[in-house]
Amino acid sequence: MTTFYERLTGKNRSATQAKDRLRLVLINDRSGLSALELEEIKNEIMQVLSRHMEIDPATVKVQMKQDGREQRLIADIPIRTTQRRKIG
Amino acid sequence: MSAKAITISSGKGGVGKTTATANLAVALASLNQKVVCIDGDIGLRNLDVVMGLENRIVYDLVDVIEGRCRLRQAMIRDKRMPELHLIPAAQTRDKSSVSPSDMVKLVEELRPELDWILIDSPAGIERGFRNAIAPADEVIIITNPEVSAVRDADRIIGMIEAEEKGPARLIINRLNPTLIKHGDMLSADDVLELLAIELLGIIPEDEAVVISTNRGTPVALDEKNPASRAFHNIARRLMGETIPLLEFEGKSDFLGRLSSLFK
Repeated sequence: MTTFYERLTGKNRSATQAKDRLRLVLINDRSGLSALELEEIKNEIMQVLSRHMEIDPATVKVQMKQDGREQRLIADIPIRTTQRRKIG
Repeated sequence: MSAKAITISSGKGGVGKTTATANLAVALASLNQKVVCIDGDIGLRNLDVVMGLENRIVYDLVDVIEGRCRLRQAMIRDKRMPELHLIPAAQTRDKSSVSPSDMVKLVEELRPELDWILIDSPAGIERGFRNAIAPADEVIIITNPEVSAVRDADRIIGMIEAEEKGPARLIINRLNPTLIKHGDMLSADDVLELLAIELLGIIPEDEAVVISTNRGTPVALDEKNPASRAFHNIARRLMGETIPLLEFEGKSDFLGRLSSLFK
Protein backbone atom coordinates (compact mmCIF):
# COMPACT_ATOMS: atom_id res chain seq x y z
CA MET A 1 0.00 0.00 0.00
CA THR A 2 1.27 3.45 -0.78
CA THR A 3 1.00 6.13 1.86
CA PHE A 4 -0.75 9.45 1.28
CA TYR A 5 2.64 11.19 1.23
CA GLU A 6 4.02 8.79 -1.37
CA ARG A 7 1.00 9.29 -3.56
CA LEU A 8 1.28 13.07 -3.19
CA THR A 9 4.97 13.17 -4.13
CA GLY A 10 4.78 10.42 -6.71
CA LYS A 11 7.77 8.72 -5.04
CA ASN A 12 6.29 5.27 -5.14
CA ARG A 13 4.49 5.56 -8.45
CA SER A 14 5.22 2.74 -10.86
CA ALA A 15 6.34 5.20 -13.54
CA THR A 16 8.97 6.60 -11.16
CA GLN A 17 10.16 3.10 -10.39
CA ALA A 18 10.29 2.26 -14.10
CA LYS A 19 12.40 5.34 -14.80
CA ASP A 20 14.80 4.72 -11.91
CA ARG A 21 15.24 1.07 -12.86
CA LEU A 22 15.74 1.90 -16.53
CA ARG A 23 18.31 4.55 -15.70
CA LEU A 24 20.49 1.93 -13.98
CA VAL A 25 19.87 -0.78 -16.57
CA LEU A 26 20.78 1.54 -19.46
CA ILE A 27 23.99 2.60 -17.74
CA ASN A 28 24.98 -1.04 -17.35
CA ASP A 29 23.93 -1.90 -20.92
CA ARG A 30 25.80 1.02 -22.46
CA SER A 31 29.01 0.71 -20.47
CA GLY A 32 29.05 -3.06 -20.24
CA LEU A 33 29.78 -2.68 -16.53
CA SER A 34 27.66 -4.25 -13.82
CA ALA A 35 27.06 -2.62 -10.45
CA LEU A 36 29.45 -5.19 -8.97
CA GLU A 37 32.25 -4.30 -11.38
CA LEU A 38 31.74 -0.63 -10.62
CA GLU A 39 32.19 -1.42 -6.93
CA GLU A 40 35.46 -3.21 -7.77
CA ILE A 41 36.68 -0.22 -9.75
CA LYS A 42 35.87 2.01 -6.80
CA ASN A 43 37.88 -0.21 -4.44
CA GLU A 44 40.86 -0.31 -6.79
CA ILE A 45 40.86 3.49 -7.18
CA MET A 46 40.79 3.83 -3.40
CA GLN A 47 43.69 1.41 -2.97
CA VAL A 48 45.88 3.44 -5.32
CA LEU A 49 44.94 6.80 -3.85
CA SER A 50 45.27 5.77 -0.24
CA ARG A 51 48.93 5.01 -0.86
CA HIS A 52 49.39 8.73 -1.41
CA MET A 53 46.75 10.41 0.70
CA GLU A 54 44.30 9.78 3.47
CA ILE A 55 40.79 8.85 2.31
CA ASP A 56 37.65 8.00 4.22
CA PRO A 57 36.13 5.06 2.29
CA ALA A 58 32.65 5.95 3.56
CA THR A 59 32.66 9.30 1.75
CA VAL A 60 33.92 8.07 -1.63
CA LYS A 61 31.41 8.10 -4.49
CA VAL A 62 32.12 6.49 -7.86
CA GLN A 63 29.16 6.63 -10.22
CA MET A 64 28.34 6.26 -13.88
CA LYS A 65 26.33 9.25 -15.08
CA GLN A 66 24.39 9.74 -18.28
CA ASP A 67 25.30 12.81 -20.29
CA GLY A 68 23.12 12.79 -23.38
CA ARG A 69 24.09 9.64 -25.30
CA GLU A 70 27.45 9.51 -23.50
CA GLN A 71 28.44 7.89 -20.25
CA ARG A 72 30.65 9.54 -17.73
CA LEU A 73 32.41 7.97 -14.78
CA ILE A 74 32.27 10.47 -11.95
CA ALA A 75 34.47 9.95 -8.92
CA ASP A 76 34.00 12.20 -5.94
CA ILE A 77 36.75 11.48 -3.42
CA PRO A 78 37.03 13.82 -0.46
CA ILE A 79 40.56 13.93 0.94
CA ARG A 80 41.05 14.12 4.66
CA THR A 81 42.92 17.24 5.62
CA THR A 82 46.42 16.23 6.55
CA GLN A 83 47.49 17.33 9.98
CA ARG A 84 49.38 20.53 9.53
CA ARG A 85 52.75 20.40 11.08
CA LYS A 86 53.31 23.06 13.65
CA ILE A 87 55.99 25.37 12.54
CA GLY A 88 58.56 26.27 15.08
CA MET B 1 14.29 12.55 -58.14
CA SER B 2 16.04 10.43 -55.56
CA ALA B 3 14.05 8.85 -52.79
CA LYS B 4 15.01 9.00 -49.14
CA ALA B 5 15.27 5.55 -47.56
CA ILE B 6 14.02 5.29 -44.00
CA THR B 7 14.16 2.14 -41.90
CA ILE B 8 11.74 1.68 -39.01
CA SER B 9 13.26 -0.36 -36.21
CA SER B 10 12.71 -1.11 -32.52
CA GLY B 11 14.68 -4.07 -31.24
CA LYS B 12 11.70 -5.46 -29.35
CA GLY B 13 8.84 -7.03 -31.24
CA GLY B 14 5.23 -5.93 -30.96
CA VAL B 15 5.82 -2.22 -30.33
CA GLY B 16 4.19 -1.13 -33.61
CA LYS B 17 6.90 -1.09 -36.31
CA THR B 18 4.66 -2.55 -39.00
CA THR B 19 1.67 -0.40 -38.08
CA ALA B 20 3.88 2.69 -38.10
CA THR B 21 5.44 1.78 -41.46
CA ALA B 22 2.01 1.24 -43.07
CA ASN B 23 0.54 4.44 -41.66
CA LEU B 24 3.54 6.66 -42.38
CA ALA B 25 3.50 5.34 -45.94
CA VAL B 26 -0.21 6.20 -46.27
CA ALA B 27 0.29 9.63 -44.68
CA LEU B 28 3.23 10.45 -46.99
CA ALA B 29 1.29 9.23 -50.03
CA SER B 30 -1.60 11.49 -49.04
CA LEU B 31 0.84 14.40 -49.37
CA ASN B 32 1.26 13.41 -53.04
CA GLN B 33 4.54 11.63 -52.38
CA LYS B 34 5.62 8.54 -54.29
CA VAL B 35 6.14 5.89 -51.64
CA VAL B 36 7.24 2.27 -51.58
CA CYS B 37 7.29 0.29 -48.37
CA ILE B 38 9.36 -2.85 -48.13
CA ASP B 39 8.61 -5.63 -45.66
CA GLY B 40 12.03 -6.61 -44.30
CA ASP B 41 10.70 -9.41 -42.10
CA ILE B 42 11.44 -12.40 -44.32
CA GLY B 43 9.69 -15.53 -43.08
CA LEU B 44 7.31 -13.55 -40.84
CA ARG B 45 5.72 -11.11 -43.25
CA ASN B 46 2.96 -8.88 -41.95
CA LEU B 47 3.07 -5.51 -43.64
CA ASP B 48 0.82 -6.99 -46.37
CA VAL B 49 -2.00 -7.88 -43.93
CA VAL B 50 -1.70 -4.62 -42.00
CA MET B 51 -2.08 -2.73 -45.29
CA GLY B 52 -4.84 -5.05 -46.49
CA LEU B 53 -2.92 -6.12 -49.61
CA GLU B 54 -2.37 -9.79 -48.73
CA ASN B 55 -4.55 -11.10 -51.55
CA ARG B 56 -2.63 -9.33 -54.27
CA ILE B 57 0.83 -10.83 -53.74
CA VAL B 58 2.33 -12.57 -56.76
CA TYR B 59 6.06 -11.92 -56.38
CA ASP B 60 8.07 -10.94 -53.30
CA LEU B 61 11.38 -9.41 -52.22
CA VAL B 62 13.32 -12.66 -52.55
CA ASP B 63 11.91 -13.25 -56.06
CA VAL B 64 13.35 -9.87 -57.09
CA ILE B 65 16.73 -10.55 -55.48
CA GLU B 66 17.01 -14.02 -57.01
CA GLY B 67 15.96 -12.71 -60.42
CA ARG B 68 12.65 -14.54 -60.80
CA CYS B 69 10.85 -11.29 -61.60
CA ARG B 70 11.52 -7.66 -62.37
CA LEU B 71 11.37 -5.14 -59.53
CA ARG B 72 8.22 -3.55 -60.98
CA GLN B 73 6.38 -6.90 -60.88
CA ALA B 74 6.90 -7.25 -57.13
CA MET B 75 5.57 -3.76 -56.41
CA ILE B 76 1.90 -4.01 -55.40
CA ARG B 77 0.05 -0.79 -56.06
CA ASP B 78 -2.35 0.27 -53.31
CA LYS B 79 -5.55 1.20 -55.18
CA ARG B 80 -6.71 3.52 -52.38
CA MET B 81 -3.70 5.80 -52.84
CA PRO B 82 -2.35 6.95 -56.19
CA GLU B 83 1.35 6.53 -55.46
CA LEU B 84 1.67 3.94 -52.71
CA HIS B 85 3.34 0.57 -53.30
CA LEU B 86 4.32 -2.45 -51.23
CA ILE B 87 7.12 -4.90 -51.81
CA PRO B 88 6.16 -7.88 -49.66
CA ALA B 89 8.60 -10.17 -47.86
CA ALA B 90 8.90 -13.84 -48.78
CA GLN B 91 7.00 -16.02 -46.35
CA THR B 92 8.56 -19.42 -47.02
CA ARG B 93 12.20 -18.34 -46.89
CA ASP B 94 14.46 -17.12 -44.09
CA LYS B 95 16.56 -14.04 -43.44
CA SER B 96 19.69 -15.56 -44.93
CA SER B 97 18.17 -15.45 -48.44
CA VAL B 98 18.91 -11.71 -48.46
CA SER B 99 22.19 -9.91 -47.75
CA PRO B 100 22.78 -6.27 -46.74
CA SER B 101 24.31 -5.59 -50.18
CA ASP B 102 21.21 -7.07 -51.91
CA MET B 103 19.12 -4.55 -50.00
CA VAL B 104 21.43 -1.67 -50.92
CA LYS B 105 21.24 -2.67 -54.60
CA LEU B 106 17.45 -2.97 -54.53
CA VAL B 107 16.98 0.42 -52.88
CA GLU B 108 19.41 2.07 -55.34
CA GLU B 109 17.30 0.72 -58.19
CA LEU B 110 14.12 2.12 -56.60
CA ARG B 111 15.45 5.56 -55.69
CA PRO B 112 15.19 7.41 -59.04
CA GLU B 113 11.45 6.85 -59.39
CA LEU B 114 10.31 7.65 -55.87
CA ASP B 115 10.22 10.15 -53.01
CA TRP B 116 10.26 7.76 -50.05
CA ILE B 117 11.30 4.16 -49.40
CA LEU B 118 10.13 2.90 -46.01
CA ILE B 119 11.68 -0.34 -44.77
CA ASP B 120 9.94 -2.27 -42.01
CA SER B 121 12.71 -3.93 -39.99
CA PRO B 122 12.18 -7.26 -38.24
CA ALA B 123 12.55 -7.43 -34.44
CA GLY B 124 15.92 -8.46 -33.06
CA ILE B 125 19.48 -7.44 -33.82
CA GLU B 126 20.48 -10.20 -36.21
CA ARG B 127 20.69 -10.60 -39.98
CA GLY B 128 17.20 -9.27 -40.75
CA PHE B 129 17.92 -6.07 -38.83
CA ARG B 130 21.30 -5.69 -40.58
CA ASN B 131 19.58 -6.14 -43.96
CA ALA B 132 16.98 -3.52 -43.09
CA ILE B 133 19.38 -0.80 -41.97
CA ALA B 134 22.03 -1.33 -44.69
CA PRO B 135 20.32 0.88 -47.31
CA ALA B 136 18.90 3.43 -44.83
CA ASP B 137 19.59 7.15 -45.05
CA GLU B 138 17.86 7.53 -41.71
CA VAL B 139 16.58 5.17 -39.03
CA ILE B 140 13.41 5.81 -37.06
CA ILE B 141 13.24 4.04 -33.73
CA ILE B 142 9.82 3.13 -32.43
CA THR B 143 9.21 2.34 -28.78
CA ASN B 144 6.46 2.06 -26.18
CA PRO B 145 6.61 3.77 -22.78
CA GLU B 146 7.57 0.47 -21.09
CA VAL B 147 10.81 -0.74 -19.53
CA SER B 148 11.48 -3.60 -21.98
CA ALA B 149 10.74 -1.56 -25.11
CA VAL B 150 12.82 1.42 -23.94
CA ARG B 151 15.74 -0.80 -23.01
CA ASP B 152 15.75 -2.51 -26.42
CA ALA B 153 15.37 0.86 -28.17
CA ASP B 154 18.51 2.04 -26.39
CA ARG B 155 20.45 -0.98 -27.66
CA ILE B 156 19.29 -0.32 -31.22
CA ILE B 157 20.17 3.38 -30.98
CA GLY B 158 23.68 2.38 -29.89
CA MET B 159 24.00 0.00 -32.85
CA ILE B 160 22.75 2.62 -35.31
CA GLU B 161 25.41 5.00 -33.98
CA ALA B 162 28.06 2.30 -34.34
CA GLU B 163 26.97 1.69 -37.95
CA GLU B 164 27.18 5.46 -38.56
CA LYS B 165 23.53 5.55 -39.60
CA GLY B 166 22.66 8.00 -36.85
CA PRO B 167 21.37 10.12 -35.35
CA ALA B 168 18.17 8.11 -35.20
CA ARG B 169 14.88 9.82 -34.39
CA LEU B 170 12.21 8.48 -32.06
CA ILE B 171 8.50 7.71 -32.26
CA ILE B 172 6.82 6.86 -28.97
CA ASN B 173 3.87 4.61 -29.70
CA ARG B 174 0.86 3.63 -27.60
CA LEU B 175 1.10 6.42 -25.07
CA ASN B 176 -1.76 6.40 -22.57
CA PRO B 177 -2.34 9.91 -21.13
CA THR B 178 -4.60 8.64 -18.32
CA LEU B 179 -1.98 6.20 -17.03
CA ILE B 180 0.66 8.92 -17.23
CA LYS B 181 -1.54 11.30 -15.27
CA HIS B 182 -1.84 8.66 -12.54
CA GLY B 183 1.91 8.19 -12.49
CA ASP B 184 1.68 4.66 -13.85
CA MET B 185 3.28 5.11 -17.26
CA LEU B 186 6.55 6.67 -18.37
CA SER B 187 5.82 10.05 -19.96
CA ALA B 188 7.26 11.14 -23.30
CA ASP B 189 9.67 13.38 -21.37
CA ASP B 190 10.83 10.42 -19.25
CA VAL B 191 11.53 8.32 -22.34
CA LEU B 192 13.33 11.18 -24.08
CA GLU B 193 15.47 11.87 -21.04
CA LEU B 194 16.50 8.21 -20.88
CA LEU B 195 17.17 7.69 -24.59
CA ALA B 196 18.51 11.19 -25.33
CA ILE B 197 17.56 11.32 -29.02
CA GLU B 198 15.36 13.63 -31.06
CA LEU B 199 11.60 13.06 -30.91
CA LEU B 200 9.79 12.70 -34.21
CA GLY B 201 6.32 12.14 -32.78
CA ILE B 202 4.02 10.52 -30.28
CA ILE B 203 1.18 8.14 -31.15
CA PRO B 204 -1.51 7.87 -28.48
CA GLU B 205 -3.05 4.52 -27.62
CA ASP B 206 -6.12 4.42 -29.82
CA GLU B 207 -8.57 1.56 -30.34
CA ALA B 208 -9.07 2.80 -33.90
CA VAL B 209 -5.66 1.25 -34.68
CA VAL B 210 -6.84 -2.21 -33.60
CA ILE B 211 -10.07 -1.88 -35.57
CA SER B 212 -8.39 -0.59 -38.71
CA THR B 213 -5.79 -3.37 -38.56
CA ASN B 214 -8.60 -5.93 -38.30
CA ARG B 215 -10.04 -4.51 -41.48
CA GLY B 216 -6.78 -4.05 -43.36
CA THR B 217 -7.40 -0.33 -43.81
CA PRO B 218 -4.54 1.63 -42.19
CA VAL B 219 -5.86 4.13 -39.64
CA ALA B 220 -4.16 7.01 -41.48
CA LEU B 221 -6.57 6.57 -44.42
CA ASP B 222 -9.17 8.30 -42.24
CA GLU B 223 -7.74 11.47 -40.75
CA LYS B 224 -10.18 12.00 -37.91
CA ASN B 225 -8.96 9.97 -34.96
CA PRO B 226 -5.99 10.89 -32.71
CA ALA B 227 -3.58 8.14 -33.87
CA SER B 228 -4.19 9.04 -37.50
CA ARG B 229 -3.58 12.74 -36.83
CA ALA B 230 -0.34 11.83 -35.09
CA PHE B 231 0.85 9.79 -38.12
CA HIS B 232 -0.02 12.61 -40.51
CA ASN B 233 1.90 15.07 -38.33
CA ILE B 234 4.95 12.79 -38.37
CA ALA B 235 4.76 12.55 -42.17
CA ARG B 236 4.76 16.33 -42.41
CA ARG B 237 7.72 16.53 -40.02
CA LEU B 238 9.56 14.07 -42.28
CA MET B 239 8.83 16.47 -45.14
CA GLY B 240 10.61 19.17 -43.17
CA GLU B 241 7.63 21.06 -41.78
CA THR B 242 7.60 22.25 -38.18
CA ILE B 243 4.48 20.82 -36.59
CA PRO B 244 3.91 21.22 -32.84
CA LEU B 245 3.25 18.04 -30.83
CA LEU B 246 -0.38 17.11 -30.18
CA GLU B 247 -1.70 17.89 -26.72
CA PHE B 248 -1.88 14.33 -25.35
CA GLU B 249 1.66 14.27 -24.01
CA GLY B 250 0.19 14.02 -20.52
CA LYS B 251 3.00 15.15 -18.25
CA SER B 252 3.10 13.55 -14.82
CA ASP B 253 2.71 16.81 -12.94
CA PHE B 254 1.94 17.56 -9.31
CA LEU B 255 -1.62 18.69 -10.05
CA GLY B 256 -2.27 15.54 -12.03
CA ARG B 257 -1.15 13.42 -9.11
CA LEU B 258 -3.12 15.55 -6.68
CA SER B 259 -6.31 15.07 -8.67
CA SER B 260 -5.62 11.33 -9.01
CA LEU B 261 -5.59 11.06 -5.21
CA PHE B 262 -9.28 11.81 -5.10
CA LYS B 263 -10.39 9.50 -7.90
